[in-house]
Amino acid sequence: MAANIFKKTIVNINKHKRKYLFALVSFLIILPFVVENQYVLHIAVLSLMYMLLASSLNVIVGYTGQYNIGHVAFYAIGAYTAAIVATKFEINFLIVILLSGIVASIFSLGLGLPTLRLRGIFFAFTTLGFAEITRLTILNWRSLTRGPFGIPGIPVPELFGISLSSNIHFYFMIFILLVLMLLMTYRIKNSRVGRAWISIREDEEASASMGVDTFKYKIMNLMYGTFWAGVGGAFFAYFAGYISADSFILDESFRFFAMVLVGGTGTLSGPILGGALLTILPQLFRSFARYQMIIYGLAILFIIHYKPEGLLGGRTFKADINDANEN
Amino acid sequence: MTTILSSENLCKYFGGVKAVDQVDFSVDKGEIFGIIGPNGAGKTTLFNLLTGTLDVTKGKIYFKGDEITNFPPQKVTRLGIARTFQNIKLFEEMEVLENVKIGFHTQTKTSMWDAVVKNKRLKSDEEKVHQQGLKLLERVNMLGKKNNLAKNLSYGDKRRLEIARALAVKPEILLVDEPAAGMNPHETAEVVELLEQLNSEGITVVIIEHDMKVIMGMCDQVLVLNNGVKLAQGTAPEVQNNQEVIEAYLGK
Repeated sequence: MAANIFKKTIVNINKHKRKYLFALVSFLIILPFVVENQYVLHIAVLSLMYMLLASSLNVIVGYTGQYNIGHVAFYAIGAYTAAIVATKFEINFLIVILLSGIVASIFSLGLGLPTLRLRGIFFAFTTLGFAEITRLTILNWRSLTRGPFGIPGIPVPELFGISLSSNIHFYFMIFILLVLMLLMTYRIKNSRVGRAWISIREDEEASASMGVDTFKYKIMNLMYGTFWAGVGGAFFAYFAGYISADSFILDESFRFFAMVLVGGTGTLSGPILGGALLTILPQLFRSFARYQMIIYGLAILFIIHYKPEGLLGGRTFKADINDANEN
Repeated sequence: MTTILSSENLCKYFGGVKAVDQVDFSVDKGEIFGIIGPNGAGKTTLFNLLTGTLDVTKGKIYFKGDEITNFPPQKVTRLGIARTFQNIKLFEEMEVLENVKIGFHTQTKTSMWDAVVKNKRLKSDEEKVHQQGLKLLERVNMLGKKNNLAKNLSYGDKRRLEIARALAVKPEILLVDEPAAGMNPHETAEVVELLEQLNSEGITVVIIEHDMKVIMGMCDQVLVLNNGVKLAQGTAPEVQNNQEVIEAYLGK
């Protein structure tokens, strides 16, 4: 019964996409003006940030089907780039955010060049290792990152002489970044480049036989996805004002992954729903904060068992472990 | 007659297994060339070598006189060699029309930047790909199914879509791997007709097929493989009367 109603709702949403999108955007724009509770607003900012991060992972996992489980590394690299640059130089935050994305992207190039020829599970393992290496490097390179002390005092971003320090400022900052990301991704997805990405996910061999340089497109895809993870990290650095290696443990990677899976892999809207749900739900159970990861684990199990294509009906999730044995 | 595709002493060994062993053959431009042989004869492996899916162990491959040995698949495709797969390899979770659109990848140039700023190049590429994609679907009689997901197609439709997708790369030579496998006689006749029509338009066709009637009826030349070794190459009647070929198929 409940499932049926849910199904109808989804069909309904798909039918009137534009209307719902308009309603959603209006709601999100009005929200911060209506909500006065700063705590709720804080959660709203985090939700939008996780939507951005989940979407950036979805570009990689959902479109080319590369199982990047070390996505947190690029989020961390973005955050630290922003923190280091912003505390040392007086540069406009927009440039710092852009730069952070680019730096994360360059690191992904370094990771991708030797590893993207690996298939399926092997690539997943390398990304996992990369995430741990990144975290440990941050923890131990004291002269650059101050190690376990973290970087405090990240300056408040300023635009045209106005300092953007309140939740509502950050809310619109991340909202605009998210909209920009989704718009760009939507356009790429529906172009020659996006088709090439998705064809690689569907069947890499067939994709190459259509003339797609699959390696090049996988690199491009990884760099695009990690760029946005870096941007998300830079935003987090400004929003939090203080960052340390504790914020970038592997749990965070699994959180992104859970968001993508729950919402629906390979869809634009899936990570939005997943990002919102899995940021807000754990807050409702805040008294069990230490069991938070259990919520993510249960969410993943539940989805894989009952709705493997995700709530918004993306691609059926399957761990292509067999890929590793092909050829 | 000029040779379009040929091999010289071509070998592919998997450890001690000689999947393809010292095979020489040559396909003339504009013909329909059949490859037959019992299961495990090395037919599909030969295709995989020709299209760069597998690296050769020894030997050389020539396309229009130039060596293309061990070229990666995407480069082979760009030269004008297209293929279909024995175990159909469609982009299952994409729509039928999208499947064909990917075939135009090498003929369009939209970059990520073009897509993001939605410039003229993106628009003209998309328009071109859309129109030509529809034309190809019309050609294989699948226009009505353009928005279906590939995975929901019937078996025969999947085979035809794969051919349509291969045609999108505008090949000079089309390699089809058992296009009629699992089809009923009516569907088989349709595929044969389509391939003959393509051939009459100037596309050289290389076909792997088990159905002797199909092969003998349509092919100008036939290559017979057995256990990775070439038994014979010649016209259909020549091959049919070859003693070795008869032995391979019927036993001594």
